[in-house]
Amino acid sequence: MTTTPRTRASGHPPTTAHAGRPNSPAPHQDAPLGFQDLPRLMSLMTGAEKHSPAATSTADAVWVLHDRVLRLSPDTANHPERDRFLLSKGHGPMAYYATLAAKGFFPVEWLAGFGGYDSPLGHHPDRTLVPGVEISSGSLGHGLPLAVGTALGLRAQRLTDPAVWVLVGDAELDEGSNHEAIDFAGATGLGSLHTVVIDNSSATHRSSNGIPERFRAADWAVRTVDGRDHDALCEAFTAPHPGRPLAVVARVEPKNG
Amino acid sequence: MDTMRERFTTITSQLLDGQTRLAVVLAEIGADGFTEAARRHPERVVNVGIREQLLVGVGGGLALSGMRPILHTFASFLVERPFEQLKLDLGHQGAEAVLVSANGSYDWPAGGYTHMAPGDVALLDTLEGWTVHVPGHPDEAEVLLREAALGGGRVYLRLSNQTNSVPQKVGSSRDGTPGGFLTLRTGSAGAPVVVAVGPMLDATLAALEDTDATVLYAATVRPFDHRALRRAVEGRASADVVLVEPYLRGTSAARVAEALETVPHRLLALGTAPEELRRYGEWEEHVAAHGLFGPRTTLRAPLGTRRQARGVHRCRSTTVRRGLIDAACSARTAGPTRRVPDLVTVP
Repeated sequence: MTTTPRTRASGHPPTTAHAGRPNSPAPHQDAPLGFQDLPRLMSLMTGAEKHSPAATSTADAVWVLHDRVLRLSPDTANHPERDRFLLSKGHGPMAYYATLAAKGFFPVEWLAGFGGYDSPLGHHPDRTLVPGVEISSGSLGHGLPLAVGTALGLRAQRLTDPAVWVLVGDAELDEGSNHEAIDFAGATGLGSLHTVVIDNSSATHRSSNGIPERFRAADWAVRTVDGRDHDALCEAFTAPHPGRPLAVVARVEPKNG
Repeated sequence: MDTMRERFTTITSQLLDGQTRLAVVLAEIGADGFTEAARRHPERVVNVGIREQLLVGVGGGLALSGMRPILHTFASFLVERPFEQLKLDLGHQGAEAVLVSANGSYDWPAGGYTHMAPGDVALLDTLEGWTVHVPGHPDEAEVLLREAALGGGRVYLRLSNQTNSVPQKVGSSRDGTPGGFLTLRTGSAGAPVVVAVGPMLDATLAALEDTDATVLYAATVRPFDHRALRRAVEGRASADVVLVEPYLRGTSAARVAEALETVPHRLLALGTAPEELRRYGEWEEHVAAHGLFGPRTTLRAPLGTRRQARGVHRCRSTTVRRGLIDAACSARTAGPTRRVPDLVTVP
């Protein structure tokens, strides 16, 4: 193949790894978009205004983080001091894409191409194609270890301000790689690390209070909140946790409830 | 002389002092050697415990944050166990790191098959963009390590207890292109071209002492130096090539085929047999069992009797019985009608 199809598509995004990442300003829409716009933005990807709870399980947490918590914007998406948000649960990224589009990381027009050959927006995100996306995910159990390494790397470079956030699903915690990361981060007191667990009771084998107990046993600070309550989420996300990593378990409707 | 692995510990500890972007990640194995470096640089020498998936994931995260991570453990736990992490946490992220392995094929055979990884280079071959160094001497290992630590890219440095008696001049050329193959001997037109990889050089040269052959030396096998191989057979209507690799037999066979796409050729690939030997002992005995010895080297002596060489016969490779020198001669003299199982005849 001598030319990539993406470069031939009209009105489509830059294809190189960092082109379009906000060293250059990227004001992609006139009026700021809010949480109430997410259903419309998500419908651009799926053609359906109404989504199942599973498809939106992450929406509130992702929105509150980007809207109220993370020091991150299109203009600072490459800044060494930015907060990092790693979407480990890469499956079902519509709410994430919608949030990034609403916040101006890339044009809303990109959403319509979701999953298409010429689109940078796959059903699992690719960090080299989408501005603002910190990791390429899809295979479960990779985000937490990558987040631990990112937190260690920032600390080694004396970048002590940035927080590192990783979002995982409750079923994703079945993967053993997470537990390598959870134990290490807890035991070494990696205070800049934050994990949001979206708990929609989708794990096949787990006791009802297993997730918070698991983090607590590894010396993490732990909060459990209603994953649809924005104020409660924000309060949990910003709770002090000196000398310990923080896990916020955000409970939403059961996937198969 | 120190071992490659001891040299790695010494040099990496020194590099940590001057290079603030450099970090070392370990999973217990090798951590003792870095005690002093960890005291000086507690934030850049990280021992994650016996957690190899985390070892590679942390390496990926460090790289994403702007560091140059060096990950070290035995090859079986660095490449085989966390293989998907290599694929995704480094490759797919577009992240770069240096992997330094020890105990590659059978450096510690008393440890058994769980501690052997003859397929490591073949596995990395399924991934994009890895530079693979297989040094044959601690001095070579040092040159390649320094380049890898200070440079970029995804680099696999395969350290071994097996060494050649003298170091070769390895590493990148002045223009920065990765180290190509060295031409150590030039045979007559029609003589086989033998590519010896890393620690296989001494045995290869010993085997070819009285044999007309061109000998290329590869301490860097990926990228494969297509040009050097083509140059070695330039002007020939057909070519005989012998690959001598210290890991899984035939690992570079496809690369030879690519290089000689337009040259009718036969290939004899020598290396570690895929069959489990189920033997302990010393690495020298395993070298012999896999047929990777030169008849004039002393390695043959302790395995000279049939009884002691029992393990040899459990390997199917005909090269085991022939030895390298016979193999090289066969490559040169075998006609197209003679059945030589290890030779691939290209019409």
